[in-house]
Amino acid sequence: MVSMIDLDLINPNLLHLAPELSLFIAAFAVIVLDLVARDKRLLAWVSGAGLAIAATLALGLWGERATSFADALIVDELSVFFKLLFLGITFLVVLASQDYVRKFERFQGEYYGLILFACVGMMLVASVGELVSLYIALELQAFSLIALAGFLKDARSAESSVKFLLLSAISTAVMLYGMALLLGATGSTYLTDIAGRTREAFAAGRLADNAPLLLALVFLLVGFGFKIATIPFQMWVPDVYEGAPTPITAYLSVASKAAGFAVLLRVFYAVFGEDTVATDWRMLVAVLAIVSMTVGNVAAIAQQNIKRMLAYSTIAHAGYIMVGLATLTQLGQGSVLFYLVAYSFTNLGAFFAIIAIANRTGSDEIDDFAGMGRQAPFLAFVLGVSLVSLIGLPPTAGFMGKLYVFNAAVQDGLWWLVLAGVLNSVLSAYYYLRPIRVMYLGEPKAATSSLPSLPMRAALAISLGGVILLGILPGGLIDLAASAVRILTA
Amino acid sequence: MPELAIWSIIGAPLASFLLIGLGVRPAFGPRQASAGYLTILAIAYSLGMSLWVLAETLGAEGHRLALPTHEVLSAGGFSLEVGLLVDGLTAVMLIIVTAVSLLVQVYSQGYMHGDSGYTRYFSYMSLFTASMLLLVLANNLVLLYVGWEMVGLCSYLLIGHWFHRPSAAAAAKKAFIVTRFGDFFFLLAIIFLFTQTGALVISDSAGEADVYGVVGKTLTGAALTWVALGIFAGAVGKSAQFPLHTWLPDAMEGPTPVSALIHAATMVAAGVFLVARFFPLIHAADTAITIVAVIGAFTAVFAASMGMVMKDIKRVLAYSTISQLGYMMMGLGVGAYAPAMFHLFNHAFFKALLFLGSGSVNHATGTFDMRLMGGLRKAMPWTWGVFLVGSLSLAGIPPFSGFFSKDEILGAAWHRGDTLGQFVFWMGLAGVFMTAFYVFRALFMTFHGEYKGGEVGAHGEARHPHESPRVMVLPMVILAVASIVSWVANAPGQNQLAGLLGYEGEEVQTFPLALSLIAALAGIGVATGMYLFRALSAEGVSRATRPLYTLVARKYFFDELYEDVLVRRVFYRGLAAAMDRFDRTVVDGTVDMVGLVGRNAGRVLVRAQTGQLQFYGVVLSLGVLAILAAFLLWGR
Repeated sequence: MVSMIDLDLINPNLLHLAPELSLFIAAFAVIVLDLVARDKRLLAWVSGAGLAIAATLALGLWGERATSFADALIVDELSVFFKLLFLGITFLVVLASQDYVRKFERFQGEYYGLILFACVGMMLVASVGELVSLYIALELQAFSLIALAGFLKDARSAESSVKFLLLSAISTAVMLYGMALLLGATGSTYLTDIAGRTREAFAAGRLADNAPLLLALVFLLVGFGFKIATIPFQMWVPDVYEGAPTPITAYLSVASKAAGFAVLLRVFYAVFGEDTVATDWRMLVAVLAIVSMTVGNVAAIAQQNIKRMLAYSTIAHAGYIMVGLATLTQLGQGSVLFYLVAYSFTNLGAFFAIIAIANRTGSDEIDDFAGMGRQAPFLAFVLGVSLVSLIGLPPTAGFMGKLYVFNAAVQDGLWWLVLAGVLNSVLSAYYYLRPIRVMYLGEPKAATSSLPSLPMRAALAISLGGVILLGILPGGLIDLAASAVRILTA
Repeated sequence: MPELAIWSIIGAPLASFLLIGLGVRPAFGPRQASAGYLTILAIAYSLGMSLWVLAETLGAEGHRLALPTHEVLSAGGFSLEVGLLVDGLTAVMLIIVTAVSLLVQVYSQGYMHGDSGYTRYFSYMSLFTASMLLLVLANNLVLLYVGWEMVGLCSYLLIGHWFHRPSAAAAAKKAFIVTRFGDFFFLLAIIFLFTQTGALVISDSAGEADVYGVVGKTLTGAALTWVALGIFAGAVGKSAQFPLHTWLPDAMEGPTPVSALIHAATMVAAGVFLVARFFPLIHAADTAITIVAVIGAFTAVFAASMGMVMKDIKRVLAYSTISQLGYMMMGLGVGAYAPAMFHLFNHAFFKALLFLGSGSVNHATGTFDMRLMGGLRKAMPWTWGVFLVGSLSLAGIPPFSGFFSKDEILGAAWHRGDTLGQFVFWMGLAGVFMTAFYVFRALFMTFHGEYKGGEVGAHGEARHPHESPRVMVLPMVILAVASIVSWVANAPGQNQLAGLLGYEGEEVQTFPLALSLIAALAGIGVATGMYLFRALSAEGVSRATRPLYTLVARKYFFDELYEDVLVRRVFYRGLAAAMDRFDRTVVDGTVDMVGLVGRNAGRVLVRAQTGQLQFYGVVLSLGVLAILAAFLLWGR
């Protein structure tokens, strides 16, 4: 007798997987279309349409709470929130890629296809409740991004891709080891089962005495810390950011980081949410936050290349977001989500402006941005506002994000952490202001002119609009973020 | 009066900024005269509206307009309500800001004529005025802070107007960073105040959950003191009080009308305004209010001493500004709320006048160095006349306005009768002497004696000084008249301003009044002896007091302390350089090597496998070990 798979037990509700599935189909469609399409701009439009359909389907899941595929897939507000964030980011990156990919003679279809695959991976990361699925989802997005980082086929890009591959492999291997330990200690790969058993284990004794679980926690942190690019797992960031195609750098800097935080929120609160253990790792997160902020900001000061400067800046921002993570409160978790959205708009705006400016000047060096305030007022303005938002000055999204995160930390009594955060913001003004000064006060080196395409301008305008809108009217998003984290009962 | 009309006071210059920035400059280029007209029109409108506000406030019950607040954001337990706060203090500040700004903009048309950044200049001036008005009108700590940061930003942009001069760019940066240091504590105070009490609205009609209402209820003891000190720290930065005074003299690198408006009359006065706005809070904290008085009194003398030896006329005026702001702070510190604001009011006019006078001199001679001037009285009679009026007012000679307000502050200090009052009074008196001395020293060096030729041109030719154009002279004359009559606002015995601010004035004290008049006359006398009749040799005096003179002339070595020791040695050379070196040698070095050797992916792979990646792996592993060790050591 062939053993039958009990469909009722597995409960494969395809509707719950519809956003990912539709995007998956769109990705294949783009690759196939590349073979026949004469006007390659069509590829971008199809990608955009696929993203829009996926977003609509995801939006339909808002408010639902269910599990399907034998509890491997979780549908709740938290996962939908992150899915929409990833779809939005990917949409903007696709818009902004069009000028850039025109340089490629071949493989444009693969370029867009890989971006969509990465997005599918990240969407799954935000909604899986089972460790093996989580591992596969993480690898799907990582490998897509690794391939994209090497897309330029010059030495720098190739080097960046190879480094990314190897370091990612190391961290993933360590993380996988952590997952294996977790399986060994609890006998399950399902987060809900694991959570129940770890709670019993932690009630019995302290974490330091429970070697398998301690090692599992630390090893998982290596994998997730790599994604969010926190110290000491940040070594790949500057090299990869500098070498990768700039739209991919933009994508990496926001989406990959957000995926890391999604999985951190989901797994750590579920598996290590028990009070005594949580107070242990929150201190660790707090200390890593301070070190990340400080090292990122100080190292950024000395940079001449703007992509490298922003690479260190993202390390610092991982630190700010971890401040919210260290609170263990609903307010703090909500602030993490809000900050991620605010930071996504801001960083995308900055990188898009850099793409457009570099397209004119042919250089990513800050000094070559001189005079852009006069030559390309709109681009300089977008970059300027984005940098101001990265400092955290009003009336921008960055200000509201910092306010929200720091407020949550203060409410939780983490005064010293906020003090470090505010000091760091002041410090960061030092290097964020330099490109603004160069653009507005420097003399242009040579007259250049090439107007960014309409999609690029749209991407710039949307990012700018997001930065300013969230800086003035953050209320709606704050409510959404608050309802999204209600699932995480600490 | 409709609320929208009050909002339009901010809106008009803001609209002018947007019009110039987005319309005039891109469309018509950087030297558009219409930019100046637009700015003047917008500010004239704001002045008109401000006068209306003043009239309404005078008639309102408790001298306060009842205005609603509007909720713009509500999430969880947090709600943000914005609104306008119009009381006597606001009305007075509105008049000062719009009136001085209007005159400065008119003057700027002459002074900035032909400048390549003419349009940009006026757009920033509009934005500055709008920000300052927002700061003055805000009824909410967040909104106030937004205005506070925006005036700082405009100040940065305007100091660096001539950014091609390295000194101007450096001065702009310094001003921004030093004031932000104070702002940081101000922001902390706001956050702390909010988390302790939940109050963000400064004063609402119910008077319960606002900032004024929580003092002594939910905000007491140490928390109250810390909040008060945080707010004061913000004021110390903006008002250039000791020890954050170093940026203001350097800020003189900006165009002179900017110095007159921002660094004499309005923005630097924002610090004093802030202390006045939160006076009920700060006054309730004994330690804090004492510190305000001591810092103010010390700064008044400390800055005046440096003003006595400067050779650059604008720097003399810059130190004078710091010193006068110190007077206002010490006035607030001894509880003399209305006299301090009265002094702010008078000072705005006569100090703007003195700055515009120095700009007029610069327009004629091409320099600010007083050693290259002299004898300008004949060539520039109008400028000389108005400068004399400003000097007499600053020195505190009746019936010029500075006399009245300064003596009310000194009188209030004397009236207290305690140690603090005595300290403040005698420090203030020393300051009066120094003030009279340095301003008349500047007057004599600039306008009397022999003409020394001004700035030497490219071919060694001397410049022939001439009177400035009418568009520059007229605002100065108006300001001169204001410097003579502005005391009417709070005439002795009438005390209208004090009434408007809800302050009980003291009787006029004859003894301190006589003492300060003697001190002022003595200062003028010494200056006359040294610089007009040359009965005393200035060089001889400085030689006789060589070590002291060097100490003062080098500004007590504060610049060296901050820049060389703190910024350069400790921070830049130490921390940042270490990070940079690490990045360059270890990271970049290998990257460069890889880039050089590897021309294709395969060879890169070979290189990348051997060197740097191992290093990255080592760091990662060490990180894991460190985290594990931390858990084992400190885990619970």
